This record gives sequence, structure tokens and C-alpha cells, in this order.
Amino acid sequence: MSTEAESPSAGFFTSQLNDMIGWARKYSIFQYPFVTACCGMEYMATACSHYDVDRFGAGLPRFSPRQSDVLMVVGTISHKLAPVLKQIYDQMCDPKWVVAFGVCTCTGGFYDNYATVMGIDTIIPVDVYIPGCPPRPENVLDGLMKLQEKIQRQPSNEISKGGLAQH
Amino acid sequence: MILEKVKEKFLDDVYETYEFRGDLVAVVNKEIVRDAMKFLKTDPSFDFSILMDLTAVDYLKMERTPRFDVVYHLYSLAKNHRLRVKAGVDEKDLAIDSLVPLWPIANWFEREVWDMFGIKFKGHPNLKRILMYEEFKGHPLRKDYPYNKRQPLVGPKN
Repeated sequence: MSTEAESPSAGFFTSQLNDMIGWARKYSIFQYPFVTACCGMEYMATACSHYDVDRFGAGLPRFSPRQSDVLMVVGTISHKLAPVLKQIYDQMCDPKWVVAFGVCTCTGGFYDNYATVMGIDTIIPVDVYIPGCPPRPENVLDGLMKLQEKIQRQPSNEISKGGLAQH
Repeated sequence: MILEKVKEKFLDDVYETYEFRGDLVAVVNKEIVRDAMKFLKTDPSFDFSILMDLTAVDYLKMERTPRFDVVYHLYSLAKNHRLRVKAGVDEKDLAIDSLVPLWPIANWFEREVWDMFGIKFKGHPNLKRILMYEEFKGHPLRKDYPYNKRQPLVGPKN
């Protein structure tokens, strides 16, 4: 993964174009809140007026994978639901990002049983991990800002290969 | 008072009755469970209109001979009294009568007990898994199922 300055085909205009597209993408996030459990309460708290998420441009949730670009996996994912989550991720169009919200999605949380997926990064690639049980809204907004930095850095023609592959 | 009446009605099939911290418990033979429940529901002095819970217990670690106990919690709305009925189910004959004709809520309770313990309910209209998925092998709440043995459908065996 090379930055724009090192790539031989990059020039001044392409890097400016990438910056502009990155700027446009990061301030118009259409999230898909895949909410299953208690973290949904903190997601709602972040989205509502006190800790407003609309001021970051991310205030319009689209409850369809075809119409969204950030998949926010909120709450515990069980093995019964895991194929559904994979299908939802596959149905989203590029560019797409995934946010693992809460420890249950990051690593399985305090669960270690026959039913829980121990971290959704075993199924789909994750870009930002927001730990907490549940994470405070300030924590969520911090994660959202880190995601925005990541979106800004990403070259505009790059296809999503996965969280680890992106810089 | 309730326990005496249950005892004199069903005689030998009621193995023991006791009170535990304010809860009345009757341990019965699993063969008479359907008749006993019908009597408890329809008899005007008992009038147990609500089946509050239907669950099971695995006594493998305590090495008791009927390995499972199916436990019913009954509540009477009009009379405000409660009763717990336990019926021992052994591994050799892992089946007991279904209470679906009496209380429709028993449908999902019995499906959960089948899913988690493997106890079959005779006469149940739709006995299949309710909490786990169909490809899951085994019954997870039994004591000999390791608590963290996962059977993933997608992804690695984590």
C-alpha cells in the first residue's frame, strides 16, 4: 500500500482529487446500524440530540445494505445470526467500512459460550473497533472521528479489500 | 393445604411434597403429569389458570437416577396461589407428555427444553429447535456439553 506521493502515476491533481473525494465521503456517512443488543441503547443515545451524531454528517441511518456505506455492528452477534451478517456485508457496495461497536463485536465481550461469535473480525473485515460495555457516547464519537480520518486517507479508486489491508 | 389435596387425589404417584422457602413443591411420577395438570387446571378449588414456567434440570454431576427433572410452575389468578410440580425423566426413556392441549404457552417452553436438554414431548405439534440453529449438534445445557464448544456456520472455529 503506497501513499499518493510515492505512487508513480500520482500527481498533484490526483492527490487533490483524492483529498476532495475523501472529504466528501467522510462528511456524508450513511450508516447501517445493525443493532442486536444493549449497545443499541448507547447507539441511540449517541444519535439523539445530546451527543448529536448529525453534526458529523452521519446522522441519516439507512436501514438497507444497498443504500449505506458504513456497517455499524452494534451488540452481540450469535452464531445463528453470523451467516446473515456475512450476507449483509456482501450486499453492500464499495466503498464500505465496518465499525465494531462494543466489546461483544470486538472480541466476544464477557461471553465465552456455545452461542457467541468471539469477535466479528472472524467473519467480516473491521475498520474501527470501539470497545466498551457499552461504550460511552463520547467514546463512540471518538471512534467515528477515527473512521473519518481513515476515510479521508483512503485513495478514491481503492476497492475495499478489508480492514487490515487499508492504511 | 394444597399439597394435602394433591396427595390424597393422586396417592402413590405423588412421590413427595415439601415446602421450600415459601414455595410449595410436589414431586410426581411423569406418567400422570397430563392428568394431574388437567385436574389442577380445571378443579375449582385449585384453579391454576397460568403455566408460568416449564423448564428442566440436569442432575448429572449429582449422579441422581432420574437424570433430568422437568419442572412446572403453576399460578392461579383467581386464588393467588402457586405450585411447583417436578417430574423426574430418566435417560433411558427421555420423553414426557406434552401440555400443549392445556396451555398454549407450553408450545415454546417445550421447544426450548427439547433444544437445550433433548427431552421429547409426546404429542407436541412442532418439536424443533427454537434457540439454536438446525445444524447445531447436541443439546447445550446438558452438563456433559462443554460450555464453550462453538459450532460456527461461517468463519473459523473460534
